Amino acid sequence: MAEPLLRVDGLTARYGQLQAVRGVSFEVDAGAALAVIGENGAGKTTLFHSICGLHGAASGAVVFDGEPLRGVPAHAIVRRGIALVPEGRRIFPSLSVDENLRVAEDQHARDRRGSARPRRWTRDRVYELFPDLRAAARRGGHQISGGQQQMLAIGRALLSEPRLLVLDEVSLGLSPAVVKILYQALTAIRAEGMTLVFVEQDVRKSMAFSDHLVCLHKGTVRLAGRSQAQSLDEVRRAYFG
Amino acid sequence: MQLFETLFNGFLLGGLYGVIGLGLSITFGTMRVVQLAHGDLIVLAAYFLVTVLVPTGIPVLLAAAMVVPALFAVGWGLQRFVIQPSLGRGVLPPLIVTFGISTVLQNVLLLQATADARTLHSSLASAGVHIGGITVAAVRLVDFAVALLCLGLLLLLLGRTALGRALRATSDDPDTARLMGINPRRMYAAAAAIAAATGGVAGVLLAATSTFYPATGSEMLLIAFEVVVVGGLGSLTGTFLGGILLAMSQLLGARLFGPSYALVTGHLVVLVVLVFRPEGLLPRTAP
Repeated sequence: MAEPLLRVDGLTARYGQLQAVRGVSFEVDAGAALAVIGENGAGKTTLFHSICGLHGAASGAVVFDGEPLRGVPAHAIVRRGIALVPEGRRIFPSLSVDENLRVAEDQHARDRRGSARPRRWTRDRVYELFPDLRAAARRGGHQISGGQQQMLAIGRALLSEPRLLVLDEVSLGLSPAVVKILYQALTAIRAEGMTLVFVEQDVRKSMAFSDHLVCLHKGTVRLAGRSQAQSLDEVRRAYFG
Repeated sequence: MQLFETLFNGFLLGGLYGVIGLGLSITFGTMRVVQLAHGDLIVLAAYFLVTVLVPTGIPVLLAAAMVVPALFAVGWGLQRFVIQPSLGRGVLPPLIVTFGISTVLQNVLLLQATADARTLHSSLASAGVHIGGITVAAVRLVDFAVALLCLGLLLLLLGRTALGRALRATSDDPDTARLMGINPRRMYAAAAAIAAATGGVAGVLLAATSTFYPATGSEMLLIAFEVVVVGGLGSLTGTFLGGILLAMSQLLGARLFGPSYALVTGHLVVLVVLVFRPEGLLPRTAP
């Protein structure tokens, strides 16, 4: 049996004084999409930050493509192929839209100097994926709408050429029209074989878009399995504890 | 005409003041650290030029050019090995550490070079240039040109290069910068090195323009503080404009009320600007 691309095993992590993640385990195969759901404070963001190296995990293991990631700093984890689209988008406000993209592109270009492998993602491809961004390319990162910021955050993450894209709150606070554009883009990205782990408040959308789901409640896994095998009621019960 | 001459001289001196503040602006803008030893790094550069390089017989221009990379290395080393360990533990530890560096530098200079006044002896220092009926010191024209060049290069570096974008991204949000693959520690070391290199430029200009002592660093730090605050924290162009405003105020005060009023006039103008524009002349536009 093939090794999963990402394996999280008994992960425990704190958020300040709070034990936010308690012994969480799951696996994600290459090319699959995993939805992580749970109410506010369930530990989703702390879990993502621990995977991506922004928070140190207290115990447990995160293994990506067969290599353990615990203790590896965030900037090195990106180079190994995991990119996070953070909650709140976290656009660099003093950089223009184009510069926000170039920051990720610059770093990746520096890391792969001498590599003959062609780039899969360029700024032009990001602009093709999100034409709204091309029109706003010269505007400041803090001057664009929330939807454009989310497109920019996704585009920026793609420019680090990840094999695993982690998205924290895909559609929070965005209009249905923008959410539709975002999921169309994510569908196109998936079709190219990208592995996704994402948080989505809309449970129906989470189930429809993912292969597997994990429902967290107070830092522990309350429900896990194939998305299509779960009923909406079961998921809702797990969601609200 | 005399008043115009005073204001024009102040304008030119503002270039030197601006370059004195640039380093402080860079370290604060990138790391949110007030580098209390910045003035002493400027004086260290001046001493390095006047007491180490020039006596060996190296041509002055070449010696001056050597000061900048030397200070770049000093800034990088101080950040990497002395200041970096104090970051992320609140506001106070880096302040104490940089204050410590300042004290050590002043005392090392005092021990090694004595408290005697020094300057860079050159024909430039006494030369004057007549422009449209007014006379200005040639060295001030050079100061201003070099300072303007320094500002231009820094703006190009920050605005047009990958390093500049990474520095600005780190300044905005170090955690998100890490998610882009940027190592904030390397960026902080680069920022400190660039800041110290601008201190090197300021040191060379200081040595060419006036006399200095081991304790001159405190005066340099005060100038740097004022021009950075009045210019707008983290804004290089604002810092440069702040330098011009401060220098013009000082020389105007000296002209109108007597030389002993130069400093107090400068402080008063800074105070007035901050009352009406607490964010400074050109604050960074992003939130």
